[in-house]
Amino acid sequence: MLKIENLHARVEGKDILKGLSLTVNAGEVHAIMGPNGAGKSTLGNVLSGRDGYEVTEGSVIFEGRDLLALEPEERAAAGVFLAFQYPVEIPGVNNTYFLRAALNAQRKQRGEAELDSMQFLKLVREKLKIMQISDELLHRAVNEGFSGGEKKRNEIFQMAVLEPKLAILDETDSGLDIDALKQVAQGVNALRSPDRAFLVITHYQRLLDYIEPDFVHVLADGRIVESGDKTLALKLEEHGYAWVADRDPALAAEARA
Amino acid sequence: MSQSPAPLPFIEGLRDASSLRLPGSGHAWLDTARRENLEAFVAAGLPDTRAEAWKYTALRALGQRRFALGDAGAAKHAVDPHALVLPGVDGPRLVFVNGVFRADLSRLDALPVGLTLQPLSQVLEQDPEALRFALSRHYRETSDVFARLNAALSGDGVVLRVAAGARIGKPVQLCFVGAPAQSELAWHARNVIELGEGSELNLVEHHLSTTQNKHLGTLVSDIAVHDGAQLQHVLLQNTADDSTLIRRSSLHLGAKSHATLYALELGGALARHDLHAELRGNEARFDTRGVFVLRGRQHVDTQLSIRHQALNTASESIWRGVADERARGVFRGAIVVAQGADGSDASLSNKNLLLSTLAEIDTKPELEIYADEVKAAHGATVGQLDERAMFYLRSRGLPYTEARALLTAAFCRAVFASLPNETLRDYFSDAVIARLP
Repeated sequence: MLKIENLHARVEGKDILKGLSLTVNAGEVHAIMGPNGAGKSTLGNVLSGRDGYEVTEGSVIFEGRDLLALEPEERAAAGVFLAFQYPVEIPGVNNTYFLRAALNAQRKQRGEAELDSMQFLKLVREKLKIMQISDELLHRAVNEGFSGGEKKRNEIFQMAVLEPKLAILDETDSGLDIDALKQVAQGVNALRSPDRAFLVITHYQRLLDYIEPDFVHVLADGRIVESGDKTLALKLEEHGYAWVADRDPALAAEARA
Repeated sequence: MSQSPAPLPFIEGLRDASSLRLPGSGHAWLDTARRENLEAFVAAGLPDTRAEAWKYTALRALGQRRFALGDAGAAKHAVDPHALVLPGVDGPRLVFVNGVFRADLSRLDALPVGLTLQPLSQVLEQDPEALRFALSRHYRETSDVFARLNAALSGDGVVLRVAAGARIGKPVQLCFVGAPAQSELAWHARNVIELGEGSELNLVEHHLSTTQNKHLGTLVSDIAVHDGAQLQHVLLQNTADDSTLIRRSSLHLGAKSHATLYALELGGALARHDLHAELRGNEARFDTRGVFVLRGRQHVDTQLSIRHQALNTASESIWRGVADERARGVFRGAIVVAQGADGSDASLSNKNLLLSTLAEIDTKPELEIYADEVKAAHGATVGQLDERAMFYLRSRGLPYTEARALLTAAFCRAVFASLPNETLRDYFSDAVIARLP
């Protein structure tokens, strides 16, 4: 589904990603862990097409297409979704209106029929049930005045409605208490399917107690230096990131192969 | 005042216009007033940008053009009546094409009790004495050259009176239509509007064009809101993008009266509105809500001036401006709380959005307070669309232009949130989105 090869990216003239390679297949959940400044969020932003992230080398192929050549909205229509670390408040834009406009814009780009308001409402009701979210959030402006937990749940709810093929969760656990974390994880787990892949970017192992990954990768200094199964996350928790940083990236590459 | 002479006449035959036959000609007081105003205009010429009121709006290009004195064919231009229809507005209607009253397009049958609604041309032919005080007073009081030009040459417009205590339920619509003619022309219309004590009126002023035209229109409105009366004034300025429209509105508000203006300015190569309100009676209230959305090389200038002259008067002004491409918006909001207007409450907010690096918006809020126990606040900003919000919307699948329109409409939405006519409110919101390329 997603093949990242030797990705180099620069932000404000500073090299952040320095040869990142990663392959994600449909149905898989990959966790990307790493210390602050390793390039975790940069990866999410580069994949979703944010301005100011300059790719200097390498390639990203998503479902056979050159992802990096697409505009952000084209990536969304192709099935890429980024759950933001800091969801943006948009006063004056109703949450439901926005979500319907987004879904229909995606469908239009894919050549599918747009949903009328009745069809959309039906879809929203189904998803609300799965996500266990109160419909009160729907009547408010996008993220305006939402608590940290509400914002993150709203991200997962949007994901549920937009049904992406690849969901990138950028530090979705940051700023959440344990109850909110569980709720968000439940939502994500409800959306796991053989057709959908997840890239779960996180600083802490805690989230992975609730969203069980198939693979765990450690990102350090712009490269993946270690890959393994979920036990790798536990090792990190125990030894800290210093343990990885001490290891030779070349050895890590060998271990990965 | 430095009103250095721009080359005149920019209107053909202007110097000889006093021999022009206008509605009401032959009445000595009116002929005199028109002649005096014409002479004053010709002597003053068009102001240049050294005049404070015209600092950001240059008239040089206008002064170098040539407009015909009037439109002999105004009664015959084809106008699609559907173009005059606004959703949620189904009351009486008075229509002017290139400044001339059109009975065939108007809707004046079965006027509600308490409403008098007539074209000025008719009143001037039948009974001009009734307007003698209103017209001659105004003709003398202003130093605005366009008001003088209007006073010299206007022969039509609206005469509207609401009887004391009358509540006019359906909105009254005034349409000013620009239609292409044999040449570029200047038209002038004059409104005299009066709300009797304790009366209520919903007024919808609509400026539009059948097709592109480069006419110059001037409109001067006098609006008197007597004690306890309530006026809701909706203004939709959607004239052709290559036309020029200069308007002056003067409001007088009596004790415990309340007027609210909702203004949406979309059209015009050059559109200027001088809005001057005087809160003359205790506890009078005047609220304004305005938006302009500009593109191309449009230049739209709003000059808002509110004078609190009595005890416990209030005004709240909320204005938003959006400029795209090479457009230029100007907003000046001047609020004066005069000596003795103690306990007054005035606030002014003006926020602006630049959608292009070549667009420009100049905003100038001014507050002068000479009274005690006054609450006053004002603020003005000019900014750009939030990059983070744009990326957020696009990352969900909204194309760039759609995301931009959504954010721009949201920026403007709060302004019209209190507009009671919900259908019209939605129409305004759609009209804002439709203006964006």
